[in-house]
Amino acid sequence: MNRASLYEKKRRPWELFSLAAIYGASYLSLFLLLGMIGYVFFRGFPVLSPSFFTSVTSYLKGTRGIGGNLVNTLYIIFLTLLTAVPAGVGAGVYLNEYAGRGRTVRLIEFAVQILAGIPSVIFGLFGMVFFGNVLGLGYSLLSGSLTLSLMVLPLIVRNTQTALRAVPESYRQGALGMGAGRWYLIRTILLPAARPGILTGILLAVGRIMGESAALLFTAGSAGMLPGPGRNVGESLGKLIRKIFASGGTLTVELYLQMQNGEYGMAFGIGCVLILFTFLINFLLKLICRSPGERE
Amino acid sequence: MKQREKSTLAEEAAQMLFTFCGTLCILAVAAVTFYMIVSGIPAIRRIGLSGILFGTAWNPTGKEPEFGILYIILTSLIGTFMAAMIGVPVGVLTAVYLAELSGRRQAWAVKSAVEVLAGIPSVIYGLLGIYLLNPLMYRLERAVFADSDTHRFTGGANLLSAALVLAVMILPTVINISESSLRAVNPGIREASMALGATRIQTVFCSLLPGAAPGIATAVVLGLGRAMGEAMAITLVSGGCVNPPFPFQSVRFLTTALVSEMGYAHGLHRQVLFTIGLVLFVFIMLVNLAVDGILRKRAERWENE
Repeated sequence: MNRASLYEKKRRPWELFSLAAIYGASYLSLFLLLGMIGYVFFRGFPVLSPSFFTSVTSYLKGTRGIGGNLVNTLYIIFLTLLTAVPAGVGAGVYLNEYAGRGRTVRLIEFAVQILAGIPSVIFGLFGMVFFGNVLGLGYSLLSGSLTLSLMVLPLIVRNTQTALRAVPESYRQGALGMGAGRWYLIRTILLPAARPGILTGILLAVGRIMGESAALLFTAGSAGMLPGPGRNVGESLGKLIRKIFASGGTLTVELYLQMQNGEYGMAFGIGCVLILFTFLINFLLKLICRSPGERE
Repeated sequence: MKQREKSTLAEEAAQMLFTFCGTLCILAVAAVTFYMIVSGIPAIRRIGLSGILFGTAWNPTGKEPEFGILYIILTSLIGTFMAAMIGVPVGVLTAVYLAELSGRRQAWAVKSAVEVLAGIPSVIYGLLGIYLLNPLMYRLERAVFADSDTHRFTGGANLLSAALVLAVMILPTVINISESSLRAVNPGIREASMALGATRIQTVFCSLLPGAAPGIATAVVLGLGRAMGEAMAITLVSGGCVNPPFPFQSVRFLTTALVSEMGYAHGLHRQVLFTIGLVLFVFIMLVNLAVDGILRKRAERWENE
């Protein structure tokens, strides 16, 4: 190759092009995100007001708000975690501490992998048939949250499993060598040591639950009522408990319905709230991931 | 002695409980599979498998209802494929940037963006899609079909818009898995390539990407699964009419058919919707098996090395 000097660099147009493509692609996601969030805030922020959070949309009273949906979302998150966390952590412990390396483990891991890959519409259909019809729960917060607990199970199982794997083997040998039983070892040493990992799983699950809409549309319905106040404490409590058998739409379901009706102002308002929640969860996740390192 | 008996009892109870939790996952998958099949079968029995799968007329509420879902199936397949065609190159290049070329700060910024992108609820993608993307696509549509008098204008709610939304939604999956598989490539390969005088870009495209190919294949297949199962983001963006899947047609996916019709369907129509669910379930299972196959092959290769 004829070149005037050794120091003259060879030009490679193809390389320049691929470099440009690589940079372009990676900054695309950054700008996309900033643009999306910026736009949702720009359109949705003006809608937010104290009454937006506390009232219920009603044409009779002329109020527009998401109070009921907010309460429903909290209900669903709480009820889902109530069933999914014990089951998921239990399965994670079983896989890592009891099961050894046999066929069963492979089967369970395969099941977890499949469960993670099933899309939410399918969970919705299954929930509608099984929890709604077979178990007779109909469209209710309970039916919705049971469906979602199947959906978030893999997140909790996997995070528990990874966290337990990271606990040093010497902890186990030490405890067992001193005569501790397996359950005692799990309860007093392994679970506390694995707590950050388990918390990560739970937070990821909360994020999934909050963003979920397809599965809930089929199982929990779309009502946006606030639980009414009772005459005394007992009655109020009764109403709060009975609400889990009633239909209720979460924030995402409400956003979808508003969007379908062309009420974009409301939709962007709810979008704003959801994005704020997403930020909060990401922030908490970062906090958990960092804290063990700092403590040591 | 009493103390000891009590503790062994607790031990056994705990073991049983944990075993139960473990089998719960298998039970869940079995139950989902069972009920999807059981509720998908009746419509197939009444109309016939080929009538549903290969029929092209979809008119569930007419006097003589027709339930052919071929166009819906094709839309899901082609829409997913289009999304992957757009999303995978962008995702893999981003992964290359994160694993090879970026400084720490830039990597942090891009990575955080990807994380947040993964956490944003799908309805918000749908909202932005219908509010921002559809008008843009409408402009494009008017430019493309300016001289056509046969085209039915969709107002921008068409297959192409849906594919673009899906492409953005699979980005986090593709980026994360591709990045970790690029990082898992033996560093000796990179060093050898550089030592032979290859440039950074040559190293990336000729040594690292081939080395990470199984991982990237997993990323692509998982992305396909994600795109195929997504519903709420594209229900409104895709238009919602049952048409053959061309880019500028208003179309209906398997998932969006379920979401938009389950609310009012009854009788045979409802049963057919469950059959659509079953078809989707079968596709997703195929995707899962593909992922499992790739992962197993990779594990074997590692054992052999």
